[in-house]
Amino acid sequence: MSAKGREYDFKWCPGCGDFGVRRALEWALEARTMRTELPIESNVVVSGIGCSGNLVHLLEGPQPYGFHGLHGRSLPLAFGVKMSRPELNVVITAGDGDFLSIGVEHIPPQALRNLDVTVVVMDNGVYGLTKGQSSPTTPQGGVTVSTPYGKLEAALNPLEFYLTLGVTFIASGFSGRPKELAKLIEAGMDHQGFAIVHVQSPCTTYNDTYDVIKGDSKKGIQPKAWNVPQEHDPADRDAAYKLVRAEGLPIGIIYRNTAVPSLAQRQDQQGKKVSHRSLEQLVDSYRV
Amino acid sequence: MKSQDFVVRFAGEGGQGVVTSAEGLAQAAAQAGYHAQTFATFPSQILGGPTWTQARISTRPVLSPGDQLDVLVVFNREAYETHRQEVRENGVIVFDSGTFELVANGRTLGMPFEALAKSTGNPRATNMVIMGALAQLVNMPQEYLEQFVKQRFSRGRSGDEEIIRANIMALSLGRQEALRSGFNLGELALPTKPEREHILLKGNEAAALGALAAGVDVYIGYPISPANTILIFMERNLVGPGKFAYQASSEIEAINAIIGAGYAGKKAMTATSGPGLSLMKEGIGMGWMTEVPVVIVNVQRGGPATGLPTKTEQSDLMSSLYPAHGDVSMPVIAPGTVEECFYAMVNAFNWAERYQGPVIVLSEQILSERTQDIPRPDLSSLVIENREVYRGSNGYLRYEGPGVTPFPVPGSPGAYNANASEHDTHGDTTHLPSRRVEMTERRFAKLKLLEDGTYECEHREEPVAVMPWGGSKGPVREAYEALLDRGERLGWYYTMQINPLSPRLLNELRQKERVIVPELNYLGQFAAFLRSQGVRAEAITQYTGLPFKVRDLVARLEERVRVRQKRTVPA
Ligand SMILES: Cc1ncc(C[n+]2csc(CCOP(=O)(O)OP(=O)(O)O)c2C)c(N)n1
Ligand code: SF4
Ligand SMILES: [Mg+2]
Repeated sequence: MSAKGREYDFKWCPGCGDFGVRRALEWALEARTMRTELPIESNVVVSGIGCSGNLVHLLEGPQPYGFHGLHGRSLPLAFGVKMSRPELNVVITAGDGDFLSIGVEHIPPQALRNLDVTVVVMDNGVYGLTKGQSSPTTPQGGVTVSTPYGKLEAALNPLEFYLTLGVTFIASGFSGRPKELAKLIEAGMDHQGFAIVHVQSPCTTYNDTYDVIKGDSKKGIQPKAWNVPQEHDPADRDAAYKLVRAEGLPIGIIYRNTAVPSLAQRQDQQGKKVSHRSLEQLVDSYRV
Repeated sequence: MKSQDFVVRFAGEGGQGVVTSAEGLAQAAAQAGYHAQTFATFPSQILGGPTWTQARISTRPVLSPGDQLDVLVVFNREAYETHRQEVRENGVIVFDSGTFELVANGRTLGMPFEALAKSTGNPRATNMVIMGALAQLVNMPQEYLEQFVKQRFSRGRSGDEEIIRANIMALSLGRQEALRSGFNLGELALPTKPEREHILLKGNEAAALGALAAGVDVYIGYPISPANTILIFMERNLVGPGKFAYQASSEIEAINAIIGAGYAGKKAMTATSGPGLSLMKEGIGMGWMTEVPVVIVNVQRGGPATGLPTKTEQSDLMSSLYPAHGDVSMPVIAPGTVEECFYAMVNAFNWAERYQGPVIVLSEQILSERTQDIPRPDLSSLVIENREVYRGSNGYLRYEGPGVTPFPVPGSPGAYNANASEHDTHGDTTHLPSRRVEMTERRFAKLKLLEDGTYECEHREEPVAVMPWGGSKGPVREAYEALLDRGERLGWYYTMQINPLSPRLLNELRQKERVIVPELNYLGQFAAFLRSQGVRAEAITQYTGLPFKVRDLVARLEERVRVRQKRTVPA
C-alpha cells in the first residue's frame, strides 16, 4: 500500500515502537495466510488516526485490504465490515488516544457483542501525531506539552479495563519483542470473539519508555516488563485480575474465554429460527 | 350537492383511542375506495398527555390534512376547549358525555363512549361507536364499515366471531345516537375505486419498503423520533441470508458501521433525525472522501439541538446539503408524499451506487407518521442499479482518473486503502497540491452522473412560479389549485431531487422573474439554495412545528402575486 507510493510522505521517527508492531503484524498475517491458505485479500486492516494509524500504509509484503478511517472510530468501522462479511479477518490498529480516549465509547458495546475482530492497540502513553499531549495512559503527574504542571488525572490501566468489560481475549505485548508479539496477534486472530492485544510501543520523540520497559542495568533501572508465568491459566479470570493489578507490566496472554459465542455465531443461531416475509408479501400486508 | 371530502379530528388523552380511531377510519374509508390521509401530532410524554389525530377522507387524492374540521371528536373537556375553534361553521362536535357535559348549542352531540362500548360486551369497541356515528353524519353506507370490521377481525382465532359481532353492534349503536341527534353534514359522495390497487401505510413504512425494493442489505441505526419506526421495521424484516439490521450504540457508531458495510460491498443505510445527523457529520464526510455508497435517511423534526422532537419542520436542508466540514456537496432527495417516500429510497440507493458515495434522504415528521393510501408500487418495473465491481487482478489503482471507477470488494483481488485523509490513486495519504486538486475535482465530477432528475412543471409561461419542496408539497399544491380557480396566474415547479438539481429545471427557473418557495423554517433555506444557483427565489416561511394550512398559503401567496401585479402596472 504503501511506502512504495511516491506521494506518501509520512515517516515514523527513528526508533519508533510502531516499526516493531508493523513487523509483528506482517508476520502474523503471513503465518495466517500460509496456514489457512486464504488469500491475503481476505484480511482487512482498519485503523484510526495517529502515528499508529499510519501502519496501514506502511505494511510491506503482500497487501491486505485497508481502511484508514477517522480518529477514534476504527471499531465501529470494523464492526460494519465484519458483520457484513464474517468470512473476512478484520484487524484494527489504534493508538492509545484513538482507542482509549476519543474512541473509548465503542469498546463496551463490542465487548458485549463479542465481535470477532482483533485490535492491536499501540500504546505510547502520549499523543504522537499531534506532538506530545497527554493520553489516558500517561501517568498521573506526568509532564507533557498539555500538562506542563503535571497530569491531574489518574492513569488508566487498560488491561484491567478490558477485563472488567468482559473482553474475551486479552494479551499484552511489547513492540521491542516483535516475534513474540506476532504470536500474540496470531492468537488474537484465531480467537473467535473480541480480541485485544495491547502493545507497549514507545514514542522515541515524546515519551521514550524503552529503558523503563526493558530496564537498564547500567543505569540501575529495573525492567518494568515481566513474562506472564507459564503456569497462568488464561481461562481463570481471577488470576488474570491478579496479573494486571500486580506491579510492572505482564507480557503474554492474560485472559482467554472461549465459552462465549461470537456475535456472528449468535446471529447465525438466531437466523435459523427467524422466518421472514418476501418483499411482495410485505407490500401486500398494507393492502387496504 | 354532495361533498367530496370530510375532515375529522379526534382529540383527548394519549391512550384513549385517539390514534386508533383516526387510523381505523382511514383504513375503513380506503377499503371502500376513498382516498385517505391522517395527520398525527404527539406529546413527547410516553403515556397520556393531550394528543390529537386527524383523518381526511375524500373522493380525490388527499393533498393536505384539511384546515377546517367537519367533525371534532373530543374525549375530555380540555380537548374541547383546545380544538373547538377549528370546527367549521355548521360542523359538529361529538363528545364523550360519559366523561363531561356540554351545554347543548345545536352543534354538539354527546354520547357515553365507554358505556355504549361496554353494552356490546366489548369494552374496547369505543372507536367503533364513534365511527358508526361519523358514518351516519355523512351518510356513508354502513356496509363499508361492517366490511372493514369483518376483514380486520377475521384472524383465524376462536374469538373472532364474537369480536366481529360486538364491533358491528358498536357501529350501529353509534349510528343510532347520531340518527337520534338529527345532525347531518350532507352526503359524502360515493368513491370511485382507483384503477390501480392501493395500499395504505405511513411514510416511514413506505421508505423502509423502498429501501428493501432497492436491495438494501444492511441497516444500522440508533433510536430517535421520528425515525424510530424505520429501525423497528428493519429489525423485524431485514433478515435472511446476507442481510441484517442492528441497533447501534450511537449515531457515530451507526454511520461508521454502515460505511464499513458499504466498503465490504453491501448496500447499507441508516435513518436518524437532526441530533443524530449532527453526530454523523464527520462520518458522512468520510463516506464522500472514501467513495463508499451509503444512504442516510434524515426524518426532520424541529431543531436546533433537541429542538421539537415530535413536531415537523424543514430546517435541516442546509445541514444535509453541506453535512460535513470541508468541500462537500451532498446528494439530497426530499420526498413530498408518502408515495414519494418509497421512490425516494429507490432513487437514493441508485444514486449512491452510481456515483459511489453517500446520499441523504430528507424526510419529515409529518410524512413519517402520516397514513395515506398510495397506488401499490409495481415492483417488477423498478430499475435497480448496482455499483460496478472490480474484477481484475491485484495492483489496482482504485482512485485513478476523473470519474467513477470499479469498486473492489474485500476478499477479492484489488486490495487498496480506503482513506479518510486525502490520498493518491491507491488510497495512500498524500499532501501533493496537484493530487489534491485532482481528487477534489474527481469527487465533484461524479455528481454530474446524478443530473438525471425529473420535475413537475405547470404554466411554464408564467414569469412568477411557486416551488415547494418536501412535505409542504401537498398543502402548497392545494393552495395553488385554489389560486388558479380564483384566476390568479402562477407557474408550478416541484422536484424531490434537491441536489443536484436537474440542469434543465435550473435553466427554466433562472428565467423566472420570481420563484416563491413556501417552506417550514425561519431562514428560507431552499430559497437561499436556489438563489445561490442564480434563481430569483424568495421564501414564505413558517416555523410553528406544524405544517402549512392551505388557507394561510392562499392568502400569503396571493399577496406575493399581487405585489408583482402592482409592480408591473406602468406608473
Ligand atoms: C475528531 C478528531 N479530533 C482530533 C484529531 C486530532 N488528532 C489526530 S491524532 C490524535 C491523537 C493521536 O494520539 P494516539 O491515538 O495516541 O496515536 P499516536 O499518534 O500516539 O500513535 C489527535 C488528537 C482528529 N484527527 N480528529
Ligand atoms: S512521534 Fe512518536 S509515535 Fe509518532 S512516529 Fe515519532 S516516535 Fe513514533
Ligand atoms: Mg499514542
